[in-house]
Amino acid sequence: MNTVRISALVGAIAFLVGLAFATFSELKVFLPALLKGLVVTLQVAGLSFVLFLFCSLLAALGRTSANLALRFAAGIYVEIFRGTSLLVQLFWLFFVLPEFGVVLTPMTAAVLGMGLNFGAYGAEVVRGAILSVPRGQTEACIALNMPEWKRLFRIVLPQAFAIMVPGMTNLTIELVKATAMVSAVTLVDITSAAVKQNLIHYRTVEIFLITMLLYYCLCQVVRYGSKLLEVRVSRYRGALN
Amino acid sequence: MNWDWTFAIHTVMPRLLSGIITTIEVTILAFLLAVLLGLPLMLLRVGKNRSISVIVGEIVEFLRSTPLLVQIFFLFYLLPEVGITLPPFATGVLAIGVYYAALCSEVFRAGFEAVPRGQWEACTALNLGRYRTMRDVIIPQMLPPIVPSLGNYLIVIFKETPLLSFVAVAEMMQAAKLIGAEFYRFSEAITLTGLLFLILSLICAALVRWVEFIVNRRIYR
Repeated sequence: MNTVRISALVGAIAFLVGLAFATFSELKVFLPALLKGLVVTLQVAGLSFVLFLFCSLLAALGRTSANLALRFAAGIYVEIFRGTSLLVQLFWLFFVLPEFGVVLTPMTAAVLGMGLNFGAYGAEVVRGAILSVPRGQTEACIALNMPEWKRLFRIVLPQAFAIMVPGMTNLTIELVKATAMVSAVTLVDITSAAVKQNLIHYRTVEIFLITMLLYYCLCQVVRYGSKLLEVRVSRYRGALN
Repeated sequence: MNWDWTFAIHTVMPRLLSGIITTIEVTILAFLLAVLLGLPLMLLRVGKNRSISVIVGEIVEFLRSTPLLVQIFFLFYLLPEVGITLPPFATGVLAIGVYYAALCSEVFRAGFEAVPRGQWEACTALNLGRYRTMRDVIIPQMLPPIVPSLGNYLIVIFKETPLLSFVAVAEMMQAAKLIGAEFYRFSEAITLTGLLFLILSLICAALVRWVEFIVNRRIYR
């Protein structure tokens, strides 16, 4: 059903783009700018996705660790980044940090802000997944005298990975959509390219519909990828089935 | 380190506090719009008419898969072109409300599908009309379990309101940006904005938890 939907979607989009090309000559003028914006969006999304995975894993391990200080630090991180808006955080990184002596390039600020913000949300998903691995698994590892790191990386995390895929997929889609905000730190992504082109050409409907379609496609690609991943990781579910 | 307490307290705070009022107004109005629009969307989605439900489903999916910011810009530039001139505040509330109506309709649908089948069958057996079935039996039972999710959306909407600063709605973030542009000092304004958001969203989260507690107590008593 999903494959059918994706192929239908791609067909529909190809058709729409072709139709638009044929109908509106303006499209030739503003499409290159949008595609240039798409490259920036993809860069930000890709890099911040890596940081997002890293932060969520680290913060989740911190929150589930036996060490009180680590637990506290991870808790503070999660509360701060979940309690304020992403836009405020991006602004803070880009405009306030230089006054404390740390100057970031727009790209670094965007990736850092998005990665840290979504990492805080992801930490809760990963923590939930780690906690839902049955306790007997950990106890069996202790009984077998397995070292702690081996227990974590070979027994607990692979099983937690299978559980966290749907939650992390939703967050990844949110992340892709949130890249629209990076124009706040002066990056020219699809959204700000669309706004600029709109101010030049005044073709609001076409420009914004194409922008939305591009985001829609990105989200569908993420959804489709996660479906494939879900099938592949289902064999790690081990004790959960 | 460049932090001026007198500037922060005498210049920044009064302006941020007047921005906070707009932020809270936007949050509440957009949340009400989302809930009031989400319920009919859900009813169309689960309705008997197949084609309407497929179309509404695709619209919801499309709204969910495109960034709110792009939708705000779209409405902001589109409405004047088709002859509707609204103040930016109203456009912002409309955009956020419609976007979250799509998300809320999914929450409503989850609640709707969680009502046991027996309830429907009992209504049929009692010969209740469709309207009475919905109003008196189904909706009262589907609402309590989804209160936490709706409450979370209230907090999420609150944290998304800074997006409206892109279309110059005078909310808290816009006030902070203006202070930054006017005095060329960003640290106080933006840091305080972040702190105010943190405090308000923690209060909001506590309130939602309290409402959830009250609702659950009334059901399971």
